[in-house]
Amino acid sequence: MHAIELLKQSIIDGDEEKASLYVNEALAAKIDPQRIVNEALIDGMNVVGERFRVHEIFLPEVLLAAKAMYAALAKIKPLFIKEKMPTRGKVVIGSVQGDLHDIGKNLVAIMLEGAGYEIIDLGTDVLPERFVDEAVKQNAQVIGMSALLTTTMPVMGKVMEILKERGLLGKIKVIIGGAPVNDDFCKEIGADAYCYDAANAVETVKRLLNERV
Amino acid sequence: MRPTVRFLSDELIDRIVDEAREVLCELGVEIRNKRAVEILASHGARVDEAKGRVYIPGQLIDRALATVPSSFQLFDVHGNLACDYRGYNVHFAPGSAAINILDYETEELRKPTTRDFIAFSKIMCNLKFIQATSTAFIPADVPQKISDSYRLFLSLLYCEKPVVTGAFTKESFWVMKDMQVAVRGDEKELAEKPLTIFSCCPTSPLKWSDTTCENLLDCASYRIPVEFIAMPLSGFMAPVTMVGTLVQHTAETLSGVVIGQLASPGTPMLYGGSPAIFDVRYETTPMGAVETEMIDCAYNEIGKRLSMPTQAYIAFSDSKLLDAQAGLETAMGATLAALSGINSVSGPGMLDFESAQSLEKLVLDNEICGMVLRLVKGISPKEDFPAMPIFHELLHEKHLLISKHTRKYLREEIYFPGITIDRANRSRWKEEGAKQLKKRAHEEVKRLIREYQPTVLATEKVRGIISLMEREAKKNGMDHLPERSE
Repeated sequence: MHAIELLKQSIIDGDEEKASLYVNEALAAKIDPQRIVNEALIDGMNVVGERFRVHEIFLPEVLLAAKAMYAALAKIKPLFIKEKMPTRGKVVIGSVQGDLHDIGKNLVAIMLEGAGYEIIDLGTDVLPERFVDEAVKQNAQVIGMSALLTTTMPVMGKVMEILKERGLLGKIKVIIGGAPVNDDFCKEIGADAYCYDAANAVETVKRLLNERV
Repeated sequence: MRPTVRFLSDELIDRIVDEAREVLCELGVEIRNKRAVEILASHGARVDEAKGRVYIPGQLIDRALATVPSSFQLFDVHGNLACDYRGYNVHFAPGSAAINILDYETEELRKPTTRDFIAFSKIMCNLKFIQATSTAFIPADVPQKISDSYRLFLSLLYCEKPVVTGAFTKESFWVMKDMQVAVRGDEKELAEKPLTIFSCCPTSPLKWSDTTCENLLDCASYRIPVEFIAMPLSGFMAPVTMVGTLVQHTAETLSGVVIGQLASPGTPMLYGGSPAIFDVRYETTPMGAVETEMIDCAYNEIGKRLSMPTQAYIAFSDSKLLDAQAGLETAMGATLAALSGINSVSGPGMLDFESAQSLEKLVLDNEICGMVLRLVKGISPKEDFPAMPIFHELLHEKHLLISKHTRKYLREEIYFPGITIDRANRSRWKEEGAKQLKKRAHEEVKRLIREYQPTVLATEKVRGIISLMEREAKKNGMDHLPERSE
């Protein structure tokens, strides 16, 4: 089998070791790195995404596949000239002020990280200003906020106000989630998207950042 | 540890059996079949010809119980082991012989057709947790006289699983036996690898009809397994108390064991039944009543005490539609049956006092069976001790989603149901169409039919059973069998 096919399969299988092996083979065979990314890594992850959607595989397999993909990508990255290097977004994430619940937020962070985003996890009980300050400081494209309590939900609205005051509305995308949160609330405060689960958060971030993977 | 429930102490079981033996010896059973009466008489049973009653002495019961197998197995059409009826093993089979099917589109009951039975068989082929199929309903597009053999015929053609079935007349036993022989190759092979179980139903109280007896004797002579389906009705055709009903059920079932074992010692048998309480408000026999289910579990304990594998009609509902009552009664019955270790659990798919089958319910019930089978696997340590390493890993990695331990045991420890069971959060559920259970089950029905892979029974075997069925149909006034176009 062609090295590209083997690499793609090792990503689908979530086999990090084989992914590293076959990416080396592909590079040694002088295959264009962009082609490796598109036909092995991206196509492989697309297969994984579809299988997850139809319940053929579950969360652990998706995370393993992502891990294998990033092991391969790490070997390709140095070969790209700087401006062409495939970069993924940065997401600042946290549970809002007054909320100490973080299981959902953590799952979103794990999934986003698995999908290749850089995560700046601010933890729990995060002040509204801090979300914005950190996003600006880190040059993040996305802010992700989580709340489990109806009493802490309004903090999400405060973050939107701060973004508006600083002229960052639309420049930094905002995703929100958590048990009491819904689409209506999202529209009400003017956030970019409500995500109903972690896999949905990954799709949403991809969509907001207009990415293929 | 396998979780179990018990309703009877050994002392109570022994008392119930003793009383049943006395009933058989002193009051006897009414037997309308000459062959059976002769067999019993030749072994020393007293016969009162005027009353048509046979009095079965204790030594004949002991003799029968000494030869009845404590376990047996069923094999699919290809000869692979499918069901092992022994100990606390649990296998499910759809409820059998409904006269109606619940139409998905109209929610109306209607008479089933060949097309329905083929759809049913295709679905059954891929329902993982219902290990045997059954001749679940009676196609109305063939003459009544062949409607029993015709169900078996379609089942063997479209579903490879072993079949819980039965004959409606004395005559149809023969073609039903011949079709099985055609699948296996010869009678010896069929005896060694049983393909079907025939239901043989005594009539309450304490009666055996000519046809049922004849079927029982014919099955016995070919080593075809039988299940006894005694149906005492508490408070109507049986005492109102559970213990009284159990005495009657024991007597009726034991009389069947005696007839079959004396005719052919070693015949495989299930100690089964379909008793029910009688609802004196509606004049109905609620199969989903908790007391009905308790009686089932209890006679199963008696069967186990007599060292016989067991069966019960228990995992189904009296509801008319696929609604909450259908789910709760079926799940309660299936759970109790599995915890009691009933070896062959009949019921999935059935509604409305054993009179209707629903394909959508069958698919839902398969999920109930999956959950219940997981339940009785119980809880046991799986590389959990010492506990420290996994907690070190958890604190270090912050989660265990991709831990080796998770990957190794995820699917073994947790049963993940199909789409019929909704586990999405509300937003995802809404995004995917806000489908209610009936719709989800129907989509699964359609998928299973679409993805059905025809079984690969050898062509000459297929031809053999088709020609047997065609001959039987002609004999009964039907020149051409209904179209089987898929």
